Amino acid sequence: MSDQTRPTVPPGTRGDAAANAFTRFLKATEIDTRLLGMAGALLAIWLGFHLYGAIFRDGGAFLTPRNLWNLSVQTSSIGIMATGMVLIIVTRNIDLSVGSVLGFVAMIMGVLQVNILPQYLGLGSPFIWVITMIVGMTLGAIVGTFNGWMIAYRGIPSFIVTLGGLMFFRGAAFLVANGKTISPVDADFALLGGGPYGAIGFWGSWLVGLLACAGVLLMLRSGRANRQKHDFALRPMWAEVFMAALGCALILGATLLVNSYPWPTGIVKNYAAAHNITVPPEGLFISHGYAIPVLILCFVGICMTFLMTRTRFGRYVFAIGGNPEAAALAGINTKWMLVQIYALMGMLAGLSAVVSSARLNSATNALGQFDELYVIAAAVIGGTSLAGGIGTIYGAILGALVMESLRTGMVLIGFDTSIQSMVVGAVLVLAVYVDNIYRSKTK
Amino acid sequence: MANAVKGTPLVEMRDISISFGGIKAVDHVTVDLHPGEVVGLLGHNGAGKSTLIKCLSGAYQADAGQILINGHEVQISNPRDARAQNIETIYQTLALADNLNAASNLFLGRELVSSRGFLDESAMESETRKILGRLNPNFKKFNVPVSALSGGQRQSVAIARAVYFNAKILIMDEPTAALGPHETQMVSELIEELKAQGLGIFLIEHDIHNVMKLCDRASVMKNGQLVGTVNVSDVTDEDILGMIILGKKPAKAA
Repeated sequence: MSDQTRPTVPPGTRGDAAANAFTRFLKATEIDTRLLGMAGALLAIWLGFHLYGAIFRDGGAFLTPRNLWNLSVQTSSIGIMATGMVLIIVTRNIDLSVGSVLGFVAMIMGVLQVNILPQYLGLGSPFIWVITMIVGMTLGAIVGTFNGWMIAYRGIPSFIVTLGGLMFFRGAAFLVANGKTISPVDADFALLGGGPYGAIGFWGSWLVGLLACAGVLLMLRSGRANRQKHDFALRPMWAEVFMAALGCALILGATLLVNSYPWPTGIVKNYAAAHNITVPPEGLFISHGYAIPVLILCFVGICMTFLMTRTRFGRYVFAIGGNPEAAALAGINTKWMLVQIYALMGMLAGLSAVVSSARLNSATNALGQFDELYVIAAAVIGGTSLAGGIGTIYGAILGALVMESLRTGMVLIGFDTSIQSMVVGAVLVLAVYVDNIYRSKTK
Repeated sequence: MANAVKGTPLVEMRDISISFGGIKAVDHVTVDLHPGEVVGLLGHNGAGKSTLIKCLSGAYQADAGQILINGHEVQISNPRDARAQNIETIYQTLALADNLNAASNLFLGRELVSSRGFLDESAMESETRKILGRLNPNFKKFNVPVSALSGGQRQSVAIARAVYFNAKILIMDEPTAALGPHETQMVSELIEELKAQGLGIFLIEHDIHNVMKLCDRASVMKNGQLVGTVNVSDVTDEDILGMIILGKKPAKAA
């Protein structure tokens, strides 16, 4: 704490005098302090695991390109669903069925792409993955629509509807192939789950990184122009420059990171053999680059953020969460909104099923088990309020990253699964407690 | 004749009935409202005033009866229909989404969008600054959720929402219940101003002095039924109290 020098000032009355450089800085840049807190927590977790590994094991294995790249891939499936769960929780509902829906959809997609589509399109047809993906997302959306309809128009509490769904679709996932595991999946489809071939490589990653930087700059510029147009207070120029630099530095840093993780030698050998390349004796450095599922997560995150902050739909989601009665009196069709929200959640569960089963290169009926808990935990750790009305997409994605960091970190340093689940559970409760304190302090 | 104002009424609610689970909340009530007129709706809690008015604002649908706007029968089956008829409502609860800021609440359900269909936050904030600057010059908190505002400021947002969209018919459900004397005075002045602009206002009000001061006519309800409608200038506040408490119409106005 910075005001230890002035112990007589009671908390809450720190006025202008104590508005030190840091708070002025936050005000000028308009950085969300919650976001800052979460980023800090994430860094602390990463450093903690790294140091623990460095001190108690031989060499910290956490902060390596390889581990962080894997972490990004593992976060994708939960992260994609967590963005949808934000909408559900913001409207004071819950969806416990997403993990089972994921398993069910994955099984249907497995049967479709392995047993059915090759008969008509031929094995290895490039259309198989597209059709499979569309069918999976559509199926998820249909399940979600049905859930939403029962909740909104039949008045069954969302907890019950989706608890039923949790059990129903886990059973249905088993029935699809009588419990058999379907493996391997279509070769193109498997790329959607990441892996050496399921990443966009060195130049692709730089292209994506530079485009993202350009996007950040454009957004800052149009935001400033818009404020100017309406004579609102502008951010000081140095703050704009700082934000632009920070955004670009993060993006370029991530690009450097994913490009510094090379393909394993075995893969390089196969690749070289297939493409008639002679591998020099010191080996060939082929970068992974951004994994496809990570790009899917980023795309979903950007779309969902846009949906929530720039469209009527998103505005109505928040309004329903803040005061359902007021939303209805303002002419919002709250029931239809709820159906759409659940349909969207179902579609995202379908997309997660694509990513998960592609990553595993197989569809099993246990896929996605307990995912609903991780998804809800991710959304809640990311600051989504169960009381409704409050939540952000980036928070949920960060929450998913925190959850996955804990899981992989504990695996790396050799904690048992029993200890892992105890820690994750405790962190969930602690995160919500800290968030409550933060909210009551800033009110 | 209680109805001293001539011409086609702006609003006529004819023979409205609505019941909930066998209880007749509103029982064959007829009220009307003319342009530039303030009609007070009075009665005990549970007399059916708010329920009656919610049939007009689209929150409820009457089981029986007709609603006429400018002499034409209209169907109001949801709040959107009411807004399309230029009926705006300031609810007793204010009906604000506490987690949203003033501009988001003001434009809720009628957001301004850019040419590409995305929310135009800046335009909405700019409009909100204009209208609130007129209604309540002290209002400064545009970028915080309305949960962080005082009762009077929240009321300003609710009133601004009703006034901004060129209402012709305004329903105010106890607009001054949560306000201090200064803010109550501001609301009174606003009612006078809107009335001068030719709006018709239904005012649900418990304070008998406000009724005597602001209303042209008063319709009194008791147990879901209409006791009667009187010209406020023809009666004393005791007469109106008698109607509210005893359900009896004063002899001279009957």
